Amino acid sequence: MKVDKLMSLIDISAREISLLVSSGQVSATEIVQAHLDEISRHDGDVGAFLLVSGESALEQAKRVDAKRANGEIMGVLAGVPVALKDNMALRDIVTTCGSRILEGWKPPYTATAVQRLIAADAILIGKTNLDEFAMGSSTENSAYFPTKNPIDMTKVPGGSSGGSAASVAAHFSTLAIGSDTGGSIRQPAGLCGVVGVKPTYGMVSRYGLVAFASSLDQIGPIARDVDDAALALQVLVGHDKRDSTSIPDASFSANFLDNVAGLRIGVIQEMTSGISPAVDKTLKDAMIHLTKLGAIVDVVSVPSTQFGLSAYYLIAPAEASSNLSRFDGVRYGLRVTGSDINETYEQTRAKGFGPEVKRRIMLGTYALSAGYYDALYGKAQRVRTLILEDFAKAYSSFDALISPTSPTVAFGLGEKSDPLSMYLADVCTIPSNLAGHPAMSVPFGTDDAGLPIGIQVLAPARGESLMFGVARALQSGASAQTQPVWRR
Amino acid sequence: MFEDQGFLVTIGLEVHCELLTATKLFCGCANLFGQSPNTSICPVCLGLPGSLPVINAQAVNYAIRIGLALNCAIRPSIFHRKNYFYPDIPKDYQVSQYDEPICVNGLVELPTYGKTVNVIRAHMEEDTGKSTHIGESGRIHGALRSLVDYNRAGVPLVEIVSAPDMSSADEAREYVSELRAILIASGATDGKMEEGSLRVDANVSVRRDPSDPLGTRCEIKNLNSLKSLGRAITFEAKRQSELISQGQTIKQETRHWNEDQGSTSSLRSKEEANDYRYFPEPDLMPLVPSSAMVDSIRSSLSMLPPERRSRLRNLADTDTFTKSELEQIQTCVNVSLDEMVISAVDAGVPFKLALARASNEVTSLFQEANMLLDKDKFVYLVQLEANGKLSATQTKAILSKLVIDSSRDVNEIIAELGFVGLSDDETRVVLEKIILENPNEWTRFTEGENQLGGFFVGKAMKASKGKINGREVMSLMEQLRNSTVGL
Repeated sequence: MKVDKLMSLIDISAREISLLVSSGQVSATEIVQAHLDEISRHDGDVGAFLLVSGESALEQAKRVDAKRANGEIMGVLAGVPVALKDNMALRDIVTTCGSRILEGWKPPYTATAVQRLIAADAILIGKTNLDEFAMGSSTENSAYFPTKNPIDMTKVPGGSSGGSAASVAAHFSTLAIGSDTGGSIRQPAGLCGVVGVKPTYGMVSRYGLVAFASSLDQIGPIARDVDDAALALQVLVGHDKRDSTSIPDASFSANFLDNVAGLRIGVIQEMTSGISPAVDKTLKDAMIHLTKLGAIVDVVSVPSTQFGLSAYYLIAPAEASSNLSRFDGVRYGLRVTGSDINETYEQTRAKGFGPEVKRRIMLGTYALSAGYYDALYGKAQRVRTLILEDFAKAYSSFDALISPTSPTVAFGLGEKSDPLSMYLADVCTIPSNLAGHPAMSVPFGTDDAGLPIGIQVLAPARGESLMFGVARALQSGASAQTQPVWRR
Repeated sequence: MFEDQGFLVTIGLEVHCELLTATKLFCGCANLFGQSPNTSICPVCLGLPGSLPVINAQAVNYAIRIGLALNCAIRPSIFHRKNYFYPDIPKDYQVSQYDEPICVNGLVELPTYGKTVNVIRAHMEEDTGKSTHIGESGRIHGALRSLVDYNRAGVPLVEIVSAPDMSSADEAREYVSELRAILIASGATDGKMEEGSLRVDANVSVRRDPSDPLGTRCEIKNLNSLKSLGRAITFEAKRQSELISQGQTIKQETRHWNEDQGSTSSLRSKEEANDYRYFPEPDLMPLVPSSAMVDSIRSSLSMLPPERRSRLRNLADTDTFTKSELEQIQTCVNVSLDEMVISAVDAGVPFKLALARASNEVTSLFQEANMLLDKDKFVYLVQLEANGKLSATQTKAILSKLVIDSSRDVNEIIAELGFVGLSDDETRVVLEKIILENPNEWTRFTEGENQLGGFFVGKAMKASKGKINGREVMSLMEQLRNSTVGL
């Protein structure tokens, strides 16, 4: 590949960067510096990053360049700048989870997924903003500041991985890593016009990901195109003996077929109502495009998915109420000293947690309480079983499913003050988490104002290759990539 | 005493035992007692954000060993989270097994009571850290400050829950002592109560009549020895009986045993108890031990105390044993002298003689000093006694020498103590001389006055300076009396 000097280093793909850096045509240092420059120009406005680790990124770049100079074998993400959602541990780097309660906490270890990125010679350039403890759909629940959507700075980037999606959409990083508990990768990717992937539960190790809801959380990549996302996922996936829920033979290859001719693709009926006209039109365009490519597209009912949101808002808060107990002021993070231990607990947690986190802790505590467990948590788990059964039924007639990623385009900052209306932003993404199935968002169209609209591709457990094939087929019919507001 | 007031006590026990694994339940930290505080810790057992548990296979193996040793069924199990806030529990939840424990429906035989105590379940869980509260109260409330050592956090435990099947403090003590022996024999724990490897909580209630429903129970914590267990049960039964006698009712509560005052005091009432909000631990997969795995563990278990006891009992020509014989059997098993008894019986020694010598003399000598006894020498010696070559007194005297120095030769000790028995002819000479000196007594003996036997044996002993064997004298006298050959 020849370097086109006119081609900006912040616009090229991860595949291209890796090639250029591995072949010595461009140094990792140049790549990283170009991104750091873009961050310093625009992140003051966007607020994608909680921490930009410029010095460390340049040191990593120097190591990668030295490795190349020594003729060593280069990793597949050589020199690729990656932004990390700030709920993943990176040794000795502050990890806040967007919360005051963890302000200043430096983990003494690195998350397995992050370690795999480092081993692939990726450059970690900073920690991105998120809704506190990944609880939210707009990144407005960050205890530090809200992140803005680079496509329209009056809009939210979605959430909870809003900082990661914004970073990729703003070309601050080539890739970003998010976590997805109910749509936290796919929904912001959809609203920011980038690709976001939630893999099958157990494909990517959760070791070092600060848990929100352990049975739903999954780490995944955000990229500007389907193949970059696949390359990043290939690096992230793998068995980890530190995570008991890790799939023993987990693997994924970025080599997949995108021939959808003859493929049966179902549109989830329950996710075609209650969506905005622009989203509806984009979904229909996607159906037409896939049909043109030879796919057999039809509507399919997955009835229990309509109870997904209700079940999710019992299961996820229940697990969260337990996972977040450890933030008690005793061992790390914030401590507000009271007159006795109970007061210390109460005051630390009262001051350290924001309102949405408190709401979910209370919701989850209630759902697990003696006398309510069966009617709430127990019933939600039964819904989860039903969803799995309904998906299995749908996959007996279809190879893959599609739906909108989000019922609407990006909404205005501060627009959704009612928690319930915010929760509805995840209605299309939640069922995949409850089922543990893979799903991803691919940018496909825009509304009249130019705001991105994503299409979600769903596949059965471990059906990533098929899912990526459908995603790449969709990408071939997508409208032009949306650009950050300052580049239009 | 409560019994005098017409009350019966019922006791159920919860026993926590630490497993002898090399590492903790969910991480690779060393599982060692007595390390400097907070040196055997890592992100996992400290519950740092993002860390995850991974089950220790050795701990599962040990839990199954315990289950099999207690005659439990081994079943698929899952872990739950038990949620409550306390500084020594790093995640503010304890990973434990709740409604699907790994071992269920076992039993423990009480060796001397001839009854069995049902084991409802034995489940796996992680231990907490250890708190030290600085201040007068010694408790967290009112403490000036508290120190926490997380070395113990995540140490694997098995909790063994008995049915309320015990009806005295002595039965409870025997249950714990027998349970401990079984647990140690299973190889899963060292059973050291003084180091907290074995910890007991007692559920105690009283009622007036066995046909009454069980009374309201109180759970007694902080029982660190068999002695405390017995004292605490007796105190608590008395306390409850007195309250009921005064027309009061018992409140269900958790009580703390104060060793110094010899009394229990309320820790928290049922109303104050936490709602633990148990739910399945999503970070761990269900444990589904294969039957092949269970079988292989079963076949690797060494012989356990109950089986060793019944092996001894089967050597006797009776099925009924006195309490003291049952205690002798238990003692032999507990101090591992059962093999010695079996060898002696194989060599023709009567069971009860071998049992008595091993459990009484040898054991008490063992307890004075931790000494060894060669099995063959024991067998040889008891054979001599069984064959009438040595008296009981002589055998005991030789045993005490042999235990001090097991390298010594039995015959050498016999010679040294002058226990070399008289030959049959020598015995006859001595006896005939005594008969001649006491013709009247002999005539009365031949006419049936058996009590005069002792008279002759005593004379013979005196004449031989104790060297003569009394039993041989007796049998010779019988021979002479029944013989048609007169003197």
